[in-house]
Amino acid sequence: MSFYETITKFEDFDFDAYLQNVTDRDVERSLDRDHLNWRDLLNLLSSKAQNHLEPMAQKARRITLQYFGRTIHLYVPLYISNFCNNQCIYCGFNRTNRINRRKLTFEEIELEAEAISRTEMKHILVLTGEAPDITPLEYIEDAVSIIKARFPSVSIEVFPMEEDGYRRLKAAGVDGMTIYQEVYDREIYKKVHLAGRKADYRFRLDAPERAAKAGLRTVSVGALLGLGEKRREAFMTAMHARYLEDKFLSTEIGLSLPRINPAEGGFQPYDPVDDKTFVQFLMAYRLFMPRSAISVSTRERAEMRDHLMFLGATRLSAGSRTDVGGYTKPETASTAQFDISDVRSVGQTIQAIRDKGFQPVFKDWELI
Amino acid sequence: MQGEDLLAIGGMTFTNRLFTGTGKFASKALIPKMLEASGSEMITVALRRVDFASETENILSYIPKGVRLLPNTSGARNEKEAVRIARIAREAGCGNLIKIEVITDMKYLLPDNHATLLATETLAKEGFIVFPYVMPDLPLARQLEDAGAAAVMPLGAPIGTNRGLETRSMIEILIENCRLPIIVDAGIGRPSQAAEAMEMGADAVLVNTAISSAEDPAAMGQAFSMAVAAGRMAYLAKMREESKTAVASSPLTGFLS
Repeated sequence: MSFYETITKFEDFDFDAYLQNVTDRDVERSLDRDHLNWRDLLNLLSSKAQNHLEPMAQKARRITLQYFGRTIHLYVPLYISNFCNNQCIYCGFNRTNRINRRKLTFEEIELEAEAISRTEMKHILVLTGEAPDITPLEYIEDAVSIIKARFPSVSIEVFPMEEDGYRRLKAAGVDGMTIYQEVYDREIYKKVHLAGRKADYRFRLDAPERAAKAGLRTVSVGALLGLGEKRREAFMTAMHARYLEDKFLSTEIGLSLPRINPAEGGFQPYDPVDDKTFVQFLMAYRLFMPRSAISVSTRERAEMRDHLMFLGATRLSAGSRTDVGGYTKPETASTAQFDISDVRSVGQTIQAIRDKGFQPVFKDWELI
Repeated sequence: MQGEDLLAIGGMTFTNRLFTGTGKFASKALIPKMLEASGSEMITVALRRVDFASETENILSYIPKGVRLLPNTSGARNEKEAVRIARIAREAGCGNLIKIEVITDMKYLLPDNHATLLATETLAKEGFIVFPYVMPDLPLARQLEDAGAAAVMPLGAPIGTNRGLETRSMIEILIENCRLPIIVDAGIGRPSQAAEAMEMGADAVLVNTAISSAEDPAAMGQAFSMAVAAGRMAYLAKMREESKTAVASSPLTGFLS
C-alpha cells in the first residue's frame, strides 16, 4: 500500500463536476463537523466555500489555539549547495540555468552555522539541489553533524532517498524532513520535470513514507501551488498528509503551501493561486488536519504571514536566505533558488510575532 | 478544616490542588502572573523546550521560587527517550520530580501506557519522584504503584481538547481503588469540569491549555483554582448522592416505621 493507490483511484474521479455542485449547505455541514472526511475537504476547497471564509477562519483560529496555543515555531533554511542534475522548468536551480553554482565546504558550513547561531534561531532546515555526484549522502551526513553540534534541531529538505539513507541521516542528527511532491497530477509532473532523478514521480511520492519508516519525527509534505489545477492539488496534498497520519501514528505530519515565486528562468504559473484562495486552502488544511503543523515560508509577504498566524499557520521561517553562503558572505553567495517576499530580519520577525500576541518558540526538540 | 487539608505526594505537601503547565502561553511573562493569581504550587515544563543556554529564552527563569517544578518528558516516543530526558532534567538541576509523558500517537496524542510503565520502573529505581501520565486503567495503576510511582495522572480527555471528563467512569474506578493520589491531567477545559473532578474525589487536577489559551490566563488560572478548591470542599463535605427518583419529604411509607 502506498499513497500512489489513492492517486490512481482519484484519477477517475470527476473533480470538476463535484466541485461545481457543492452548495452553501454542503460547506456549512462540513464546517460543523469535528472529523472531516474527504468530501468535507473538497467542499471546503471549492469555490463555493469562498462565501464562507469568515466562519472557516473562526473555526481554524479556534482549533489552532486549542492544539498549539499562542505559539509560533521558528526555523531557518540553510542552503549548502545549489548544484542540480534535474531539469525542473519552474526552479531556479534547473540544470540548464546558467547561474552561479556553489557547494559549501565543511569550513564554510561551520561559518554559516556560526552566523545563524548569533541570532535566536535554534531549528535549522538544511537544503540542497539534487546532484548525488557532487553532494552525496555522505556530504549531507557530515554537514548535518557539523550543524547539529550548534543547534538542537536539524531538518532536511533534500533529494528523496532510500529508507536506509534516512536512517543514516537520523543517526547523524536529523529529526525532520520536508519533501514537496511539487505536483500530484502525473501528466503535469512529467511535463515540468524534464530530466534527472526527479523525473521519477513514484520514488518522490513514497519518500515521506520511507522517512517515517526510518523513524524521523516530523515529515512534511506540500504541492508547489501554481503547477497543477489548484483545488485538486490542494486536495491531494491534504489527503497525502492524512494518509501518512493514519499510517504512521508516531510521526508528526506537517503541511506547507509554497506558491510559485519568480525564479531564474521566468516561469509563469499555469494555475496561479490568489491570496484569497491561498488563505482558503490553508484554513481547509487546518480544519482537515487539526493537529498538523502548517509552515509558511518567506515566499509569502510579511503582511500575509502576520495574518496567517491567526488562521492556522504554526511554523514560520525567519531571516531566510535561499542562496548558498548568504549568511556569511552575501556578495559571493550563489544565485538564489527563489525570491523572498518577507525580507524582515530574525529580530523584526520575532518582534512582529510578539506584537501579534504570540510566543515565538525557537527550541522545540533536542535529540540527545 | 481548610488548613489541615494537605495533599501529600512523594514526601511533598501542597495546599493548592491545582497544578499548571507552561505550554502555549502568548508570552512567557504571563506565566508568573498566572502562578500568582492561581496560587498553583507546582507547574510542569516540557524539558524539550527549555533552552538552558539562553537568559531571556530560558523558561525556568519565569517560574518564581517556591513553585515546584515538574519537568515532563513531552516529545518522548518511547521509554528510552523518556528516561534520557528525565536524567538530563536532573543533571541540569531541575530536581527529582518527573512527569512521564510518552506519546506514540500523534493523531490523538494519547499516552502509551506500556512504555510509561517501563519508564516508571526505571526512573523510580533511580530515585525519581515519578508522575506517570496515562490512560485511566486500573490494572496499570496497580502496576505503577508497584513500580514506585508517586501518583497516577489519568487523562480526562485527549490533550488540548477541552472536552472534560470523558473518561469519568474509569477515573472513578481509579479513585476508589488506588492508594496513590489521582491527578486528573489533560482534557479539562472549564473550571466547572475541574470542580467536577474534585467532587468525584480526585486528589488534584493539572490544567494547562485551558489556562494558557484563555484571553486572560491569570484570571482563568484564578478561576480554576477557585473551582478546584470548591470541588474539594464539596467532596470533603460529603455531598449527597444524586438520585434519579424524587425523594418525598413526607414519605408515603413513613407509617410503617
